[in-house]
Amino acid sequence: MSLIVKRITKYTVGLIMLYGIYIILHGHLSPGGGFAGGVIVALSFIHLVLAFGREDALKMIPGKFISLGEAFGGLLFLGIALIGLASGVFFLNFFHSKGEPFHLLSSGIIPLCNIAIGLKVGAGLFAVFMILSVFKIDDKEEE
Amino acid sequence: MFEFYAIMVFVIIGAVFAINLRGLLSSVVAVGAVGLGVCVMFLLLQAPDLAITQLVVEILCLIILIRATIGRGIARQQPQPSVWIFLVFVVFSFVFLYAAYQGMSEMPAFGKPIMRVSNYYIPNALSQVKAANIVAAIILDFRGYDTLGEATVLFTSVIAVLAIMRRKGRKKINERDESHS
Repeated sequence: MSLIVKRITKYTVGLIMLYGIYIILHGHLSPGGGFAGGVIVALSFIHLVLAFGREDALKMIPGKFISLGEAFGGLLFLGIALIGLASGVFFLNFFHSKGEPFHLLSSGIIPLCNIAIGLKVGAGLFAVFMILSVFKIDDKEEE
Repeated sequence: MFEFYAIMVFVIIGAVFAINLRGLLSSVVAVGAVGLGVCVMFLLLQAPDLAITQLVVEILCLIILIRATIGRGIARQQPQPSVWIFLVFVVFSFVFLYAAYQGMSEMPAFGKPIMRVSNYYIPNALSQVKAANIVAAIILDFRGYDTLGEATVLFTSVIAVLAIMRRKGRKKINERDESHS
């Protein structure tokens, strides 16, 4: 892409990613949540890939980072569910009594689950996009 | 409800156009119009959570469709027009519409009566979970197991795409499988 697109992208990527993180963190207060916020974070990375090309974008976001985010998000979600099993119930909402409703720090495990799902969805959908656009199907090789 | 039905007709027309248009890019644009119409329908039905998710996933799908299919020489097959296919299409669409109309007329009115499960969720979500957004309280607390299954579906899709598209470990068609020789 041209210089103007690259320059503008440097400013807008941060704002888009910040909006995604806001939607993830406020998932228990306002519409949105882990899934929608995670997709917005993935879209900010895709914005980077579309503006700078695959090679430069992969230098900024290494592939190891993507797979770490995917694996860590999934394991965090499963781990939160398994901690509840110590008290006898899968997905027990422990410490839900702390914090006032309608405040950012409230409602027990729901913000933690939102963060885990956001990590997982953002990294996973970005991985799908990168796989589909980096690896090419070579028809000539296979014939 | 007039806006809702108008957008519903717009979505159906967009879907028909997406099937019948000649070029791949214009089909993708028509699919995008369908998705945005569905997003506005969710907003009119007072479901902002679903509207946000629908809008965002629609944009992601459009980018993936344009980036991964168009410009790679994937040709679109034009079916041969035939009288028999048209007749079968008309008969089956009438059968389907009649069955759907019969089924729909048996359904209760929109939003009432409140079902037994949601009859428990609505009064108890704020007092038990202390989450202001009742949707988050339901999908992450009352029904966390469902969300775990959804996360597993996403993980499986990433693995499947990687298994199909990867370069390493792929064999040529004529190559022997070494483990069986």
